[in-house]
Amino acid sequence: MTSAAPSISMLYQPRLARRKACNVVFYVTGAAVCAMTVALLATLIGVVLKDGWTFLTVRFVTSFPSRIEPELAGVKPALFGSLCVVLMTGVISVPLGVGAAVYLSEYAGDSRLNRFIQLNIANLAGVPSIVYGLLGLAVFVRWLHLGSSILAGSLTMSLLVLPVIIISAREAIAAVPQSLRQAAYALGATRWQTVRAHVLPSALPGILTGVILSLSRAVGEAAPLLIVGAAAFMLSMPGSQAGGGAWNKLVAIGTDNFAVLPIQIFNWCKEPDVVFQQLAAAGIVVLLAALLAMNSVAVGIRLWHQRKRTW
Amino acid sequence: MVIMDQPQGSLAGAAKAEMRPSPVSAPEPAGETIVRIENLTIRYGDFSAVKNVSLDVYRNQATALIGPSGCGKSTLLRAINRMNDFVPNCQVDGRIVVRGRSIYDPGCDPVDLRRHIGMVFQKPNPFPKSIYRNVSWGAKINGYRGDMDALVEQCLRRAGLWEEVKDKLKQVALNLSGGQQQRLCIARALALQPDVLLMDEPCSALDPIATARIEDLIDQLKTDYTVVLVTHNMQQAARVSDRTAFLYMGELIEVEDTHVLFTHPRHPRTQAYITGRFG
Repeated sequence: MTSAAPSISMLYQPRLARRKACNVVFYVTGAAVCAMTVALLATLIGVVLKDGWTFLTVRFVTSFPSRIEPELAGVKPALFGSLCVVLMTGVISVPLGVGAAVYLSEYAGDSRLNRFIQLNIANLAGVPSIVYGLLGLAVFVRWLHLGSSILAGSLTMSLLVLPVIIISAREAIAAVPQSLRQAAYALGATRWQTVRAHVLPSALPGILTGVILSLSRAVGEAAPLLIVGAAAFMLSMPGSQAGGGAWNKLVAIGTDNFAVLPIQIFNWCKEPDVVFQQLAAAGIVVLLAALLAMNSVAVGIRLWHQRKRTW
Repeated sequence: MVIMDQPQGSLAGAAKAEMRPSPVSAPEPAGETIVRIENLTIRYGDFSAVKNVSLDVYRNQATALIGPSGCGKSTLLRAINRMNDFVPNCQVDGRIVVRGRSIYDPGCDPVDLRRHIGMVFQKPNPFPKSIYRNVSWGAKINGYRGDMDALVEQCLRRAGLWEEVKDKLKQVALNLSGGQQQRLCIARALALQPDVLLMDEPCSALDPIATARIEDLIDQLKTDYTVVLVTHNMQQAARVSDRTAFLYMGELIEVEDTHVLFTHPRHPRTQAYITGRFG
């Protein structure tokens, strides 16, 4: 039928050289972008380390800030405050966020209301953090009379990170293959038994990634806590005036005023004297180290979990 | 339970008597209807996947459901243990009676139903846990109080997998081959001592040798269980099943003893399908 088709292979024009060139171009571009990112980060850390080097001693993390004697200043209350806030934020937001994600993906059907809720959660993830600060000020500080406390700050931070935790946990849960759920249901498992034994363990690495990303964000945020009324600098530890048992002490810490690292850094940065710039740089290094430690804990949990899975 | 050196055939039977302290009824003769499907219609939205199907499944037999792709055989199979409940927009009319209970009645709990009707899926889907935990989990969540080690061994033996895995029970099941994984899934279903075992194209992801082993296994399982098998492989239906139902476009065209259906099909469409003229 075809009129004298010379050869079928003539119809293919592989242009192999051109395709391979494209491949090389992309490879080089990708590598360059990657290198730029790493270089940027390295420069940042390098500059900060150079500026803050003189202050990076054990004394820096065990001393209180001081305006009169800046060379003796430290970040002890701010570091403590940051750790308390992130710990409490995690305790509040992780169960709530993972619970909401499990409900939305495993229990709630695909209803109009459900889709509306999910759309709103996605929107909440994009709301500026300062808005959460205002909400926290109105609801937790004033209305619930929690004052400018670690508890109020943590609740505010929980609101901030909840949408991100819910979204990432939902994605991790959605990535668990349907065949796994069917296998469990076919054995007469309830929804909760299926979720508890199979869905959550399989989704755990993804959930952890989301939790760590959002808690890291919480550690670095200054704006909401500024609004909630975190102290510019503290000359005593939160709850240090309280006596009595461990519980009293804990309550006192939770309800006392507090400082956090980002605000401490911000305050030092505002000072004109160069020594304060160096203090700020040292504070940044401490903040980065805290973030790194948090990430390592997450990686550790993930590895431990993977090892456990092979029984 | 220390009855491991008895011949395999009587194992599960003996275990069954021991594991069910309160049997639903006395031992029944073979040939009794264990699943009765009455005028079953299943719709996904506007589409009817199964149309007015009535079919009896007899105890201790293997019943094969055959038919071209999209004929509703898998949908019909999944109706028997209510796995279709998870499909949105899936609407079921008609009745399925399992051991005297109408399973779509409001009083019937699908979670409890699935304990009595095991299922093996098209693609092997072991849990990403140890071989041991794969078998024991179903029994554990259903409150099994007997000797778990013995139950796991017995089910793995019954599924013809014990000799291959007895030294690596604590290893993760995902390291097994596809055929071994599928036999593990069968062992996992057996751990609940089900009345009926539903198999949804259990060999379609397996090579011929693994397929042959599963087919042998189905033949052995019939002595203690009732098997309903969906397959698109007519030779497989002819080899392992006692009765065969041919479905086409959601309708049950013909159901007959397997050797009769394959030698003397009554309906011209059945004849066309089994002789390979379409499908």
